[in-house]
Amino acid sequence: MNNEIVIKTDKLTKKFGDFTAVDEISFEVYKGEIFGFLGANGAGKTTAMKMLIGISKPTSGAASISGFDVYKQTEQIKKNIGYMSQKFSLYEDLTIMENIELFGGIYGLSYVEIKARGKNLIDKLNLQNESDKLVESLPLGWKQKLAFGLAILHNPQIVFLDEPTSGVDPITRRQFWDMIYEASHKGITVFVTTHYMDEAEYCNRICILVDGEIKALDSPEGLKRKLEAKSIDEVFVMLARSAKRTE
Amino acid sequence: MRALKFLLKKEFIQIFRNKLILRMIFVVPVVQLIILPLAVNYEIRNINLSVVDLDHSEYSRKLLDKVTSTGYFQLTDFSDTYKKALKAVEEDKADLIITIPQGFERDLIRDSKAKIMIVANAISGQTAGLAVTYSNSIIREFNNEIRTEWIQMPRMNARPVIEITNSNWFNPAMNYKFYFVPGILALLVTIVGFLLTSLNIVKEKEAGTIEQLNVTPIRKYQFILGKLIPFWILGLVILTIGFFVSYIVYGIVPAGSYLLIYLFAAVYLIALLGFGLFTSTFAETQQQAMFISYFCMMIFILLGGLFAPIENMPDWAQALTYINPVSYFIEVMRMIVLKGSGFIELLKHFGIIVLFAISFNALAIWNYKKTT
Repeated sequence: MNNEIVIKTDKLTKKFGDFTAVDEISFEVYKGEIFGFLGANGAGKTTAMKMLIGISKPTSGAASISGFDVYKQTEQIKKNIGYMSQKFSLYEDLTIMENIELFGGIYGLSYVEIKARGKNLIDKLNLQNESDKLVESLPLGWKQKLAFGLAILHNPQIVFLDEPTSGVDPITRRQFWDMIYEASHKGITVFVTTHYMDEAEYCNRICILVDGEIKALDSPEGLKRKLEAKSIDEVFVMLARSAKRTE
Repeated sequence: MRALKFLLKKEFIQIFRNKLILRMIFVVPVVQLIILPLAVNYEIRNINLSVVDLDHSEYSRKLLDKVTSTGYFQLTDFSDTYKKALKAVEEDKADLIITIPQGFERDLIRDSKAKIMIVANAISGQTAGLAVTYSNSIIREFNNEIRTEWIQMPRMNARPVIEITNSNWFNPAMNYKFYFVPGILALLVTIVGFLLTSLNIVKEKEAGTIEQLNVTPIRKYQFILGKLIPFWILGLVILTIGFFVSYIVYGIVPAGSYLLIYLFAAVYLIALLGFGLFTSTFAETQQQAMFISYFCMMIFILLGGLFAPIENMPDWAQALTYINPVSYFIEVMRMIVLKGSGFIELLKHFGIIVLFAISFNALAIWNYKKTT
């Protein structure tokens, strides 16, 4: 991992009326890093992420993604990132290959590239026999892996994953994380939100969000040492106990 | 622009894969065109009347007083030649012409017999039919009145008779299906343009796919075009099926040009697609979109002059029809299909529909940008 900064925020804030969903968060993410964003439901993880990917305007503060400003350069940001939302969002009534072609085409890949990378992805996921089947016929775990594969099909600099493994069985989650590591090795920065504490252990660094504020930011080891906790689970409970927001 | 090509391909795959929608596209025009024209009945007031009084006599004035005092007719045009009156019909200022020939009073007194002519604009078959029936009965009444008057003055022939001859312009057979079918065709185009578009966009919202697209480098205008173009084409296809059905079932062939109809339909669809897009920005679920669309469609259609003639509506409702794109398109369809109107006569309508297209789309794009 190098020290090239790819995400930088400075007092980034989002308010909805009187409610401050994200409160002056400042952090940096380095190239190739797996950066975990932890928080209870309603802590502001998704809101923060939406500001970073350019689909929600911050109320105040600054942020840059790959050097592009989140206020003014959302078009450039969108070209350089991949995104997978917590709700499965591929087209269920298209086949796997049609989805690949659509998203590849949107990101400006040539037909040759779409074909090659699509085949690659299908081989990797062992979906050779399913490639002409509608996506709606796939089990959830496969859908999620496919969605991740599509999110990085255009080789983005950063991929944003919003609770990518919710509702998925442990084995598939394990396979999913293998894919994340692989992407990270290729130099793609991974920004992932989760509320599974075991997943937090897989991250290079984690940031714990409580009621819209950053309560801690360090490597999993560092946090455990500092708070004399045995697991991230314990760390999280200690920090999140003060939370006032509930679902 | 390349991204747009992929979006269009995706949209068409989805449309053709949705068997229900595809079936509906064929079933809806056939059923609507066969059932609706057979199910409606009318009564009419405030028929616009043009009078050509070439006699200027006491009796001609009496007759006209009688006609206008009934409440069925509204004297909107007073021409000095039949030609000018016909022009008023062409400009849609009059629905009925009563021509009283020179020497009406003289003939009536001398021969106890006089002729007047009634010409109805039968674009709206039932308006014309009822207008003629009403005027006939009024004149018959007038006839009886002078007869009783004259019985008391026995020096004249006691049986004056006015002969009425009439002809229905633009719809000589007085077949109200001819009036109804173009309106239903307009309705079909409206349903596709408005309802399907709105639902389709909200479906993407519901599925979360719109969010996924928002994160890609697709421009808003590409997304919007990717939605509008397929339904624009679909609307024109439905119209074509509709014309085919009306030919097979009713033998209706437009008196005017198909080219002109498709030109109007093309622009009208752009307006309606924009409106569909606009309403879709308000709805989060298909259920909401359905409800909003239904509400708008009901008002559009009921105030569009398809079932109830606009002439019968109270003034405030007539004012509402001015901002209803459907009423213009129904009128245009009737004018081209029945009357064979050309572009020049429809210039005003064209301008207004273009205006609708521009304003709805501007509104939609503005609102779409704001919400996402």
